[in-house]
Amino acid sequence: MNISRREFLQMLAVASAAGVALPGVAATRNSVPTEKMYDVPTFGNVSFLHFTDCHAQLMPIWFREPNINIGIGSMKGRPPHLVGKHFLKYFGIKPGTPEAYAFTYLDFVEAAKKYGKVGGFAHLATLVKHLRGQRPHALLLDGGDTWQGSATSLWTNGQDMVDATKLLGVDVMTGHWEFTFGAERVKEIIDKDLTGHIDFVAQNVIDNQWEEDVFRPYVIKEMNGVPTAVIGQAFPYTPIANPRWMVPDWSFGIREDKMQQTVDAAREDGAQVVVVVSHNGMDVDLKMASRVTGIDAILGGHTHDAIPRPTEVKNAGGTTLVINSGSNGKFLSVLDFDVRKGKVRDYRYRLLPVFSNYIEPDAKMSKYIADVRKPYLEDLNEQLGVTDDLLYRRGNFNGTFDQLILDAMLDVQEAEIAFSPGFRWGVSVMPGEPITFEHVMTQTAITYPTATLSEVSGEQIKVILEDVADNLFNEDPYYQQGGDMVRVGGLKYSIDLSKKIGARIGDMELDGKPIDARKKYRLAGWASMEKREGTPIWDVVAEYIRAQDTIRVKDLNIPRIKGLGDNPGLELES
Amino acid sequence: MKRRSFLKGTVASGMLGVAATAGLLTPKMVLAAWPKAAFEAKDLNQGIELVMGSSDVTESSDVKIKAPDIAENGAVVPITVSTTLPGVDVMAVYIAKNPVPLACSYDLGPTTKGFVSCRVKMGKTSDLIAVVRSGGKLYSAKKAVKVTIGGCGG
Repeated sequence: MNISRREFLQMLAVASAAGVALPGVAATRNSVPTEKMYDVPTFGNVSFLHFTDCHAQLMPIWFREPNINIGIGSMKGRPPHLVGKHFLKYFGIKPGTPEAYAFTYLDFVEAAKKYGKVGGFAHLATLVKHLRGQRPHALLLDGGDTWQGSATSLWTNGQDMVDATKLLGVDVMTGHWEFTFGAERVKEIIDKDLTGHIDFVAQNVIDNQWEEDVFRPYVIKEMNGVPTAVIGQAFPYTPIANPRWMVPDWSFGIREDKMQQTVDAAREDGAQVVVVVSHNGMDVDLKMASRVTGIDAILGGHTHDAIPRPTEVKNAGGTTLVINSGSNGKFLSVLDFDVRKGKVRDYRYRLLPVFSNYIEPDAKMSKYIADVRKPYLEDLNEQLGVTDDLLYRRGNFNGTFDQLILDAMLDVQEAEIAFSPGFRWGVSVMPGEPITFEHVMTQTAITYPTATLSEVSGEQIKVILEDVADNLFNEDPYYQQGGDMVRVGGLKYSIDLSKKIGARIGDMELDGKPIDARKKYRLAGWASMEKREGTPIWDVVAEYIRAQDTIRVKDLNIPRIKGLGDNPGLELES
Repeated sequence: MKRRSFLKGTVASGMLGVAATAGLLTPKMVLAAWPKAAFEAKDLNQGIELVMGSSDVTESSDVKIKAPDIAENGAVVPITVSTTLPGVDVMAVYIAKNPVPLACSYDLGPTTKGFVSCRVKMGKTSDLIAVVRSGGKLYSAKKAVKVTIGGCGG
C-alpha cells in the first residue's frame, strides 16, 4: 500500500487547493511550501521513522509549544531548553514560517489560523506511506505514551491505539503511560495484539524478585542486509511518577550499566547499527549518550521536545546522535544512515511537522478512526462552554488550560489551594472555539483520575513543592523525572532556581497572608499515587465550565522566578 | 560461583535475613553476632569506627555501588557493593541521613570475593556510603539516592 512520490504530491496539492475553512484566514495554497517540506531525498541504506508521545491523539489537534522551558546548570541555553526567538535563532528558522509555528509558541493564534491543525493518525499514515515508498526498508519506531491521553483510549482500555499503531505499521515500541493500564493489561496487549506485529522492548524493566527482564531488551532487524539492533528504554521512573500499585512487581530505573551490557550484547549478536528507542526524556538521553558507548542514535521522547537537528554527543567510543521527536502526533522523524563495512559512515535527519491541512488523510486510517470514535461521539462532542482565551498546557509552571482546571477545583471542591499535576500532554483550544468534553479529556484522561480534598499543613505544602521542583530542576538529569512543575491554584509563591532542594520555594502566600507552617489548609488535588474512590477530575472540570457563560482565564498563576538571570528557556509573553 | 563463595564466606551479617535464610546461622547465633553498639550509633563516623576499628577512610574508585538514582520505594532500596581490592575482610553500608547510619555489615572469609547485595531502608534522600577494609585500610565510595514523594511525572 505504498504510494508513489507523485501520488503523494498530488494529494498535497488537492488538500491545499481544497483549503480548510478556518476562522479568519483561509489557508492559501502557498502558505506551506509542502513539496519542499515533505521532500526528503533518500540517503544511505538504513532508515528509521520515529514518532513519540502522541498521547492517543488520533484526530488533528492544536498544540502550542512552551514559552517557559528552563535549563539550569549544564543544561542552560542548549537544546531542548530554548524557547521562542531563542529557539528560532539557534536553529536558523525564520519567524512567521510554518516551521516557526510548528516549533515555537510565537504568534500562536495567528499562525495556527494560517497553517491549521497538526497531527492526526490518518495524516501521519499518509506521510509514513510516502516515506516508506521511498525507503521500503525503513523501520517505524514508536517511543511510547501512545495508548494514553484521550477519552477513547481510556474508554477502550488502550485498544483504539493498539489497533491504530498496528494499522500505521509500527515495528518497535517502548512505553511509559502504557503501564498505567496495569501490568496485566500490558502483558495481555503484548500477547494478544502485538505479537507478530510490534516488538515491545525495554532493557530497563526487571521483575523485583528475580531481577529478570520483563520485556525483550532489544530486537535485531535486517535492513538491506545490515543487521540493526533497536534497544528499548522505558520511562525510568514510572513507579515513582505514576502509581506504584499498577506495576507492583516491576522495577524500572535508568540502568546505565545494563544499557552498556545490552549494547555490547547486541553488537556481539552481529548488529552493525545500534539505536535506542527511548522514553528517558531529552536531558537524560544526552547524559546517557555521553557515558554509554556503541550507540549510533538515541531516538527519544517523554519531555515532548521537538528538536529540528540531532545533538551529536561525543563519548569514549565515538559519537551518538540524540534525537527527540516532539509530541501529540505533531512530528515525524526521518533518520537515514549510510552503513558501509559494518559501520555508520554518515547520516541525514529531518524532523517533519505534520500539517494536517496539507496532507490528504489516509482513507483506511480515516475509516478506522471514524469507526472507533462512533460509539462515543455524543459524549466527545458535548460543548461545555466557549473559551475567549487560548487554552494550552505546556510550560514549566502553568498553562491556561491548567489554570481553568485549578479554578474549577477551587470552586467545585470549595478548596483554598489546588494542585494539578504538571503533565506535558494535553491539546490547545483556540479562542472562540467551544470547549468539548473531548478537550477536557485530553487534559485529564488517566486511570487514576479521582479528585481529592485533604487538610494539609503549610509545612507539608512546602515539602511537596520542594520535592516536585527538584524533580524538574535538579542539576543532574538522572535525578529528574521529566514532568513540569505542579500547577498551583490559590497559593502564591516564589522559586529560586539558583538554590537546591529545601531552599527553592519561598514567599508562600494565600489571599495576601503568609502561609502558616502549622495551620491546615483545604487542598484539592487529583492523580493521587494511592488508590482513591470518588468523582473523576473531568467531571469536576466539566461541571465548572458548564456553569460559566464564557471561559476567560484572568490570572495565570505563575510563581515569581528568582536566581535565574538571562536564560533562553524563558520568554514571558509579549 | 560468586554467590556460593559469598555465602560460604559469610560469618556475621547486619543484614540478618541474608545469612539466616541461607541456613547458615541459627537465630541464637545471629543474636550473638549482633554488633549492638554499631547499630545504635547515631553518628556516621562513630558507626564506621565501631565496625571497622577506625574512621580514617579514603575514597576509592575500586569500590563500586550499584543503586537507583531515585528509589522506587524508600523502604526497600536494592543495592550492590563490589570491590576488586585484595584481602577484604569487612564490608559495610551506611545511609548518611538515616537516624542510625549503619545499614549492614559483612565479615568476609579469606576466600570471599568482595561482593554483597542487599536491600536497605532509607528515610529520606541521602548519600549511601560503602566502606570496605582491605589490608587493614579503609576505602569507600558514595552515591546519592533520592527518596521522593513522586507523582506529577509525564
